[in-house]
Amino acid sequence: MTLLIGSMQLGLLYAIMALGIYITFRILNLPDLTVDGSFSLGMACAAVVTISGHPFLALFIAISAGALAGLTTGLLHTKLSIHPILAGILVMTGLYTVNLALMGGKANLSLVGSKTIFSAIESMTASPGGMGKTLLALLICIIVIAILAVSFKTRCGLAIRATGDNEEMVRLSSINANVSKCIGLSMGNACVALSGALICQYQMFSDVGSGSGMVIIGLASVIIGETVLGKHSVTTGLISAAFGSILYRIILAFALKIDMFPAYALKLISAVIVIAALSGPYIKASIQQNKIRREVNNYLANK
Amino acid sequence: MLDLINVSKTFFPGTLNEKKALNSINLHLDAGDFVTIIGSNGAGKSTLFNAIAGAFFIDSGAILLDKKNITMDADYKRAYDIGRLMQDPLKGTAPSMTIEENLALAYTRKAHKSLFAINRRDSEYFRKLLARLDLGLENRMKTKVGNLSGGQRQAITLLMCTISLPKLLLLDEHTAALDPAAAQKILKITRDMVAESKITTMMITHDIRSALAVGNRTIMMDEGEIILDIKGEVRSKMTIEELLTYYSRERKKQLTDDRILLA
Repeated sequence: MTLLIGSMQLGLLYAIMALGIYITFRILNLPDLTVDGSFSLGMACAAVVTISGHPFLALFIAISAGALAGLTTGLLHTKLSIHPILAGILVMTGLYTVNLALMGGKANLSLVGSKTIFSAIESMTASPGGMGKTLLALLICIIVIAILAVSFKTRCGLAIRATGDNEEMVRLSSINANVSKCIGLSMGNACVALSGALICQYQMFSDVGSGSGMVIIGLASVIIGETVLGKHSVTTGLISAAFGSILYRIILAFALKIDMFPAYALKLISAVIVIAALSGPYIKASIQQNKIRREVNNYLANK
Repeated sequence: MLDLINVSKTFFPGTLNEKKALNSINLHLDAGDFVTIIGSNGAGKSTLFNAIAGAFFIDSGAILLDKKNITMDADYKRAYDIGRLMQDPLKGTAPSMTIEENLALAYTRKAHKSLFAINRRDSEYFRKLLARLDLGLENRMKTKVGNLSGGQRQAITLLMCTISLPKLLLLDEHTAALDPAAAQKILKITRDMVAESKITTMMITHDIRSALAVGNRTIMMDEGEIILDIKGEVRSKMTIEELLTYYSRERKKQLTDDRILLA
């Protein structure tokens, strides 16, 4: 039970990162690798501000920092026409130094003894079972999904969706697709940084290397969610991404619990999940094709 | 309405592949003109449209739309007043968005200010416009455009191009990729729409018969130049044979277009 609750909490907090990945990869159709850097950026910002005694402000600072990181990638891509993958890698690489600098040159920072939003809710509800934490994580997750779902129904949100679907058509409709891309990337990375900040307050420490592989974990969550809940509209897509994140954490926790894998296998498993999901349709088609080929051969042999 | 003054464009200058795509084009369109454009492969018809719509900047000359200099404006800025329809029906619409959302996006530039893209007032307007297409699409506003046929998609794109009443409409062989029945239907919708809204229109076509039958003026292009520009009585008396003879006499070669339709 503790295991389940722990995974639920982690799943809900990482769900916000999955939402960010959903925005860039699925809605905007841009493979954005800034994520690895902006996750640590959110962590670093949150750690510094939380230690100084402002746990709530820390979240907003992290959100702004993440949006700025996304905007940088967007500008590199649209204004200087750098390939989006490379633009993301460049910003991610640069952010490593920025994150270290934010944390005063140290690779990790402990929050032990500082007030966090989780310790605040614990003392308020005085529930030892972690119920307060779970509800808080759920509440934040629902708020973020609601804000995103509503914003993708606005004119600007529609333009972002259309940019990911058919950029040329957006230009023909007299909308600057570059602006849509920058806004989308900012939104995505703001979510990722918020997730980093929440994880930082949850675990009570910040580590400069904790962002690595986040793209794949987020993508795995999105894919799991889509497989279970399907993909229909943007709102269901957002919900399924969050759901996928929770499911991912639960599966992972049980796989580790029964000693199926050592703890360090986490990232390899994530990579395999993404590979399986991405190659699935192709493998299915190949099997179908082989079946037809055999039937044709049989038919010719029997003739 | 539209003025092209000495417009030139050369692709790959200074290389073996150098191609003078537009050679000092001068053209004036009056408001409400419906010009059809014909010419062989590589004559510069689409390049002309690209220059007007801003897909690239021209090497020299000037482009004026309604007396406003748009020569150096970015493509999306020009799109405010220029509607453009491509040959490929997949290009003009976003497949994973609904009919309603596609129309709402196209209408954004001229719509009343509103927070949400889909609202009741606009939806009513879209429904009316769709009903006039007579394709039954007004009852399928929540259908994803990707699930529609090429003809239906092209009809919606046409609607998206005209929904904001642009000053100029560019139609680049927009019926060429459709089956004959759909092509007929789209051409009819085009004629009705242009006649009703009186938008100044340019239409590239490879169907010489419709080039002479549709609109009020016909231009023939070759090697980046306008070699014939007819309207009024001259145009109404012009036959396909005369047009072809004129071309071969003028350019000392046959009008070649692997898709050209003479009948």
